[in-house]
Amino acid sequence: MANLKTTNKKTKAQSMGMHTEVLTGRTQQKFFNPDEGENFFYFGAHDVDFNKRTELDVKDLDCKQANQKIDELMSKGYGTIVIKNPQGKHSLGVGILNKLNLIFEGSLGYFGVGSIDGPIVRVNGRVGWSCAENMMAGKVVIEKNAGSCFGAAIRGGDLICKGSVGARTGIDQKGGSIIVGGDAGAFTGFMMQRGRIVILGDVGINLGDSMYDGTIYVGGKIGSFGSDAVEAPMTKNDIDWLTRKLKVAEIGNDFDVTKMTKIVAGKKLWNYDALEPTEKKGAI
Amino acid sequence: MCGIAGLIHRGKSSNVGEELQSMLQALKHRGPDSTGYALYAENDGQNFIMRFKVGENVGEGSTSVNEDESVYDERKKLVDKKLSSLGATVVKEDRLTPYSFRYEIKIDMDLMEFSKAIESINNVEILSIGKSLELVKDLGDATAVSERYGLHKVKGTHGIGHARMATESGVDIKSAHPFWGYPFSDVSVVHNGQLTNYWNNRRALENKGMRFMSECDSELIAVFLAEKMRNGATLEEGMKESLTGLDGVFTYFVATKDSLGMAKDTMAAKPLVLYESDDLVAMGSEEIAIRSILPQEITTYDPFDGEVKVWQI
Repeated sequence: MANLKTTNKKTKAQSMGMHTEVLTGRTQQKFFNPDEGENFFYFGAHDVDFNKRTELDVKDLDCKQANQKIDELMSKGYGTIVIKNPQGKHSLGVGILNKLNLIFEGSLGYFGVGSIDGPIVRVNGRVGWSCAENMMAGKVVIEKNAGSCFGAAIRGGDLICKGSVGARTGIDQKGGSIIVGGDAGAFTGFMMQRGRIVILGDVGINLGDSMYDGTIYVGGKIGSFGSDAVEAPMTKNDIDWLTRKLKVAEIGNDFDVTKMTKIVAGKKLWNYDALEPTEKKGAI
Repeated sequence: MCGIAGLIHRGKSSNVGEELQSMLQALKHRGPDSTGYALYAENDGQNFIMRFKVGENVGEGSTSVNEDESVYDERKKLVDKKLSSLGATVVKEDRLTPYSFRYEIKIDMDLMEFSKAIESINNVEILSIGKSLELVKDLGDATAVSERYGLHKVKGTHGIGHARMATESGVDIKSAHPFWGYPFSDVSVVHNGQLTNYWNNRRALENKGMRFMSECDSELIAVFLAEKMRNGATLEEGMKESLTGLDGVFTYFVATKDSLGMAKDTMAAKPLVLYESDDLVAMGSEEIAIRSILPQEITTYDPFDGEVKVWQI
């Protein structure tokens, strides 16, 4: 079992308001070895060549057939796949666990590119609810708008929407970055635990409600703060990171990041109170 | 879950029956129990169109009690007799199924009083009254209902529809959407979501003389708006009041003879995707509904929490 301890050492991340507590304990110390990541192998992952390019028209395919075709193409080594006529179909491009250039010429429905680990995805359209849910790594760029629960529970990677997003963006986020060029709806960052959310436009009510950790940056107006979400001062590290990240995200070139509002967890909720370690352990 | 769809052509008529059928069929997976249409058709506007039913569809997974079809004839005779006693003239009548009818009538009396008189006949329910509204709902998917009632031929300016998954009440026509905004001519409502203060609101509205025909929570929206409008509110004002007056999660559409509106609850818990251009607004629970009539690449978006929008034809 892991213990939650307050750390005295100030890392760069901690100076930005993140990771003020670290997990220590048997699971973390004994069984997790970052070096093992080098040897990690996913069952079903493919070795692809980015220079091998093909197109796939999914107009007359259902989502299962389309995903099977994508898998089949990857198994043949295609590293750049252009999907034609997605026409708002649900669950396209999910579960891709290897490097891949995936381009959708159109819009996706619900749960597009969910549970991915590694691909670079571009959607030349809009995405529906829960785009890139549970994404582990990679980069996803949405050229138009996105629905609610954008980036729900993502653990890593960069998820970018150049337009506006719906409610509960970054709900339960556990890592990575979500960057939005337009506005965001209510409950943005609801219960987020790690990672960063950047909204260049306005956000709705209850921003950062019940967030555990992580950081939210907002460029426009804020409808209201949620429970335990508090404003924090912007540091040089924040500004450097935002400047760099917006460049990577290909949005907000002229945006003045120094005027953004930074929001972090106030850590006054029940899980941050003065419980004894054993009680806290039980509660977690 | 339920799926809703709506569209409005601004400045022209179109084949709204066929378009709405495509949109609702694309949403079948969200609600396979029943499908309903409220189409605003190119009628001459001289007479009222009264759609009513004298019984339920007892096939197709219905939860209704089986009845002998002969009782439908008895009830129809009672309706005809009542219409005559009220001084109404039936210009044209169509029997579309054994239990549902479309009458073109001339009446010159308060619609609430008229409706109360007709619905005093047991098991008779007016589905809608209006000069352009054609409200049809029945069990089955969008294509089945459209073919049963010939809706794919209906031309008009706008319409709303609903594919229902029954969760709060039975699989029957009386609980199916759209709901008529009784007693207002040409007002209809469809809803996706659940309302949690249904009974409190219902008791209060019934005490004010409003009528409920089902125990479906969605009917509350139609009655809530009708009551606001009866007291002088505009449609948009009533919809804005509904954001605080109704508790629960909802996205709903409301249509009148010349407008279409949408409202989304303050939690934005129910989906809605919207496409808007100068001459067309199309919206639905999922983008695939819009794509079924606009396959080319277009820009769509999700309205935000607590948003109310109304468009005119």
